Amino acid sequence: MNQQTEITADGRQIGGTLMEMKNITLRFGGVEAIKNISFDIREGEIRAIIGPNGAGKSSMLNVISGFYVPQEGEIWFKGARRGPMKPYEVARLGIARTFQNIALFDGMTVLDNIMTGRLNRMRAGFLSQALWWGAAEREEIENRERVERVIDFLEIQNIRKTPVGRLPYGLKKRVELARALAAEPQILLLDEPMAGMNVEEKEDMSRFVLDVNDEFGTTIALIEHDMGVVMDLSDRVVVMDYGRKIGDGTPDEVRNNQEVIDAYLGVAHD
Amino acid sequence: MDQMIFAAEIFLNGLMTGVMYALVALGFVLIFKASGVFNYAQGVLALFAALTLVGIQQGQVPFAHMINAVFGTHVEHFGWTVPSVLAIILTGAVMVLLAFLIEKLVLQHLVGQAPIILFMATIGLAYFLEGLGDVMWGANIKNLDVGLPQGISESIEGVTANWFGYGFFIDRLDIWATVIAALLVAALVAFAQYTKQGRAMRAVADDHQAALSVGISLRFIWVMVWSIAGFVALVAGIMWGTKSGVQFSLSLIALKALPVLMLGGFTSIPGAIVGGLIIGVGEKLFEFFIGPMVGGATENWFAYVLALLFLVFRPQGLFGERIIERV
Repeated sequence: MNQQTEITADGRQIGGTLMEMKNITLRFGGVEAIKNISFDIREGEIRAIIGPNGAGKSSMLNVISGFYVPQEGEIWFKGARRGPMKPYEVARLGIARTFQNIALFDGMTVLDNIMTGRLNRMRAGFLSQALWWGAAEREEIENRERVERVIDFLEIQNIRKTPVGRLPYGLKKRVELARALAAEPQILLLDEPMAGMNVEEKEDMSRFVLDVNDEFGTTIALIEHDMGVVMDLSDRVVVMDYGRKIGDGTPDEVRNNQEVIDAYLGVAHD
Repeated sequence: MDQMIFAAEIFLNGLMTGVMYALVALGFVLIFKASGVFNYAQGVLALFAALTLVGIQQGQVPFAHMINAVFGTHVEHFGWTVPSVLAIILTGAVMVLLAFLIEKLVLQHLVGQAPIILFMATIGLAYFLEGLGDVMWGANIKNLDVGLPQGISESIEGVTANWFGYGFFIDRLDIWATVIAALLVAALVAFAQYTKQGRAMRAVADDHQAALSVGISLRFIWVMVWSIAGFVALVAGIMWGTKSGVQFSLSLIALKALPVLMLGGFTSIPGAIVGGLIIGVGEKLFEFFIGPMVGGATENWFAYVLALLFLVFRPQGLFGERIIERV
């Protein structure tokens, strides 16, 4: 928590360090997917991790969300070191995520899918829930209010009762974002939110990401390999290539970094 | 006219037999829904529950044979009997413990494996539990009595005798089984639809990764699902055990649950009930009307032939999810 609170050009507030990755190394057998990477995520910012295919971006996100446990390094969250955790424990800390290949509950409706994002906020006893009585009723109403707000926000009112399996790809991505948002996360991790989308869908998604950050004040860490999108969206960018960090800074700083330019233009590695 | 009255009586009895089939099928559906595993051990689970219940109730010493053989002692009974209600609660606790052990010792090591592997594991589990039940409580046929009323229901006989001049024979145990099964199903549906744990269970059934990402512990859900399946097995074990004694052929009732599942669909709780009722009524009426023409004993094969027809014409069952694979 060493940094000062800053106000960005568009009037958003960025606070101190919320999460810090220190010297993270992740290996799969003999392959080093992440090599000694450190960076931080500040409260309220949009932090992007970019890099060419196979750079280790998704692995990094999986480390943050607990799906992978790094062999070396430390993860600090809100000023305390986070021990090795299961993904569901990380989720309960307030770190929500989406997946590159969309992981939704296809058999459930859009509304039910988004409601699962609220599971960890339900405290009422089991009988009370089954009988729909007392604390459970109040809670359900509260949860529904939040969920409805998210639904309004992402403009998916018209499909709320549709089973997710029937939706087109772009909408599925949006529902997945809605489910993550419903959890009121402290950090929202987005794994390639624009992957496979057409230009119009990409624009929509960019707008949603910005609005989420602005309106809910949610800290966002996202992965993307489309440079253009990322540069417009993020406050700071980490650039990865072959598991190493080759750049870290504002979009402008990164854009002018020679190593980053080489990685993207495909200069031969020695 | 007489024949229609007989048929009505047979219809009612068939319904109640169907409820008993449905009770076993329910256990299968629960585990299949939540983990995509076809649990071959469900029938044995019912047997094991019934054995344990009788053992606890009558104060049997577990592993008595083994203890006696090793130490040369002659212990058989603790010399007390446990009241039925307490014995049922204790057996329930044993089933939860069993669920926990199954998750810890078997399922945990098979996370991410293909369903066929998990299916094979449950076959192993079935044989293990059958052996364990034998060693723990002995192989003799036991009488199970938890105070459920049995025998002909005189009031129904009286009423029907007044109406038709012929008293229906309906076993009071069957009536109780129907009531209890109805309560159980209502409770399970309320649980799955309205509670946090129920929602989490449906989520796990659908997608493991997504479930983890919203903060659901897979281990907890699996232990929970197997506990519920154990509890349903206990209820089925009580009913079947009271009806025909606790014996090892009890584990074979699982075979009758298969056609029920094929009719109802492997993923539908209401399907298990309707499937059970159709098979129960169908096999009784078929035996009554068609049986005499083909020399009888149709009850042995009717259910399977019906299931076969369903497999040919409607493989997802009446209520199952339609499986569409994109190519």
